[in-house]
Amino acid sequence: MSLAAVKATGRMPDLSHVPLVDEVGVKERAARFQTRSIKKASKIEALHMVLSMIDLTTLEGQDTPGKVKQLCQKAIHLHDALPGLPHVAAICVYPTMVGVAKKALGNNDINVASVATAFPSGMAPRQIKLEETRIAVDDGADEIDMVISRGAFLQGEYGFVFDEIAAIKEACGDAHLKVILETGELGTLDRVRRASVLAMHAGADFIKTSTGKIQPAATLPVTLVMLQAIRDYFYETGRMVGMKPAGGISSSKLAIHYLVMLRETLGNAWMTPEWYRFGASSLANDVLMQLQKQATGVYQSADYFSKD
Amino acid sequence: MVGSSSRVPVAKTYKIYIDGKFPRTESGRYFPLENSDGNVIANMCWGSRKDFRNSVVAARKAFPGWSSASAYLRGQIMYRIAEMLEGRSDQFVAELVLQGQSKRRAKKEVEATIDRLIYYAGWSDKYQQIFSAVNPVSSSHFNFSVLEATGVVSILAPNDSSLLGLVSNVIPAIVGGNTCVVLASEKMPLCAVSFAEVLHASDVPGGVVNILTGYREELVGQFASHMDVNAVVFCDGDAEVARDIQEQAADNIKRVIARVDADWAKEKSQNPYLIKETQETKTTWHPIGS
Repeated sequence: MSLAAVKATGRMPDLSHVPLVDEVGVKERAARFQTRSIKKASKIEALHMVLSMIDLTTLEGQDTPGKVKQLCQKAIHLHDALPGLPHVAAICVYPTMVGVAKKALGNNDINVASVATAFPSGMAPRQIKLEETRIAVDDGADEIDMVISRGAFLQGEYGFVFDEIAAIKEACGDAHLKVILETGELGTLDRVRRASVLAMHAGADFIKTSTGKIQPAATLPVTLVMLQAIRDYFYETGRMVGMKPAGGISSSKLAIHYLVMLRETLGNAWMTPEWYRFGASSLANDVLMQLQKQATGVYQSADYFSKD
Repeated sequence: MVGSSSRVPVAKTYKIYIDGKFPRTESGRYFPLENSDGNVIANMCWGSRKDFRNSVVAARKAFPGWSSASAYLRGQIMYRIAEMLEGRSDQFVAELVLQGQSKRRAKKEVEATIDRLIYYAGWSDKYQQIFSAVNPVSSSHFNFSVLEATGVVSILAPNDSSLLGLVSNVIPAIVGGNTCVVLASEKMPLCAVSFAEVLHASDVPGGVVNILTGYREELVGQFASHMDVNAVVFCDGDAEVARDIQEQAADNIKRVIARVDADWAKEKSQNPYLIKETQETKTTWHPIGS
């Protein structure tokens, strides 16, 4: 039996036993990951890994089928001038665009992720959230990125949030469920840790920092707290949960620092697109520019890379 | 008791200027700058290619805002730079003397620099009219050509001029709406850093001018080859250096501007053609009735 096959208990965890977070310690630890020096060969390998973990994202009110098709083309042909590049892990779109994305990606091994549950605010009745999730899955979404009800969570209605995640998980069927905590609205690292534990016990396959619509989005300290929660949950239950920082990661250098943190917190088992993703729109081009720089020795310009 | 004789003078730390900030070089390296007597007068940042890369990112970011600022505003800001320089002219004279010039020549150079700034401030809202044209065409089109800033300009400032040569090359580029990355004179870099402080106090937006200190030989290849640089200006070097720069600039067909024989002290070294050298001509065909 693979680790991935372990099911969530489906029981509400006792949140009073969730350890408190040492904020100063976490920030210091996170800052230390940024001092690692990654040299040429490892850097190229890391950049390839980053590319393979990207959820190429477009979540705008102005999205059109044309824009989504264009993004899918980009996902398939990242930069054909550089041979041997991996493809991105998934395309992340609104539910109405799932069908378009699915068709545009064809037989390529790239997942379609759909946000759901009244993204980004999550302010809708549960019935509608469930229906939205089912529609996205029926249209072919391989992954669902849901948002938690932050209002309810901040009010202390943990049971409500837990039930909601569990219900969405059920509605997902075979689709993977990523649970967005929207850490920028949770306020403290203690709450981030608690929300992570809640989401994992309710059945999340991935926990994700942010929608990208709220500042601050993903930061190293927040991601570290969530990684630690994943680690402790794994020791407790034997179930692996994936991690997806999203929003604000636009430079290759920062993405590599996230990988360093992943390696030093969860270890090699998590260092695949199956267990780790970057939610980003402009990161891919920066990575491609860095790879082109490594190949040619010349610093690159965005003018020579496809817009996304 | 603290008397004037017991006071320890506070020496200035010369740093580089990137994106409107004064960081040290990311490489952590420095080189001692000596005067003609062999005494160390300052420790200068030994800029690296990563400093250059960061500068180009800053310059690219600043370009849309600066190139779309009105000519009038750019002129006002050039004038402001001159005002600020005038107010600090003693400091620049002292730095030139420290780098081996006579007091009389130093004073003359600072004055010429201020005048040059005023000269280009005046051209700011005039060069466009001089170089633009309405072109006769044999169809019912209104056809006109106007200048547009080329983009990010990398400038290897003249090595034998600490202040006037640098300003004479930077100002024509930015008055035309370009942003730039400059490598200061290798043997006389002091004034470049102080000039960055003047720019900083003159409402020049961060990133429009970025100034590095360091060694030519190490950085010239980057200045010429960076794909996100649209023009490269150089003022020193023999035919071989010029050929290398041209070869490396060819990858993204940069404008290559050689100003090797210029004598920056001369008045003929200031002219609107220097502005035009870092401009692109855009021609528009506009249909008209019958």
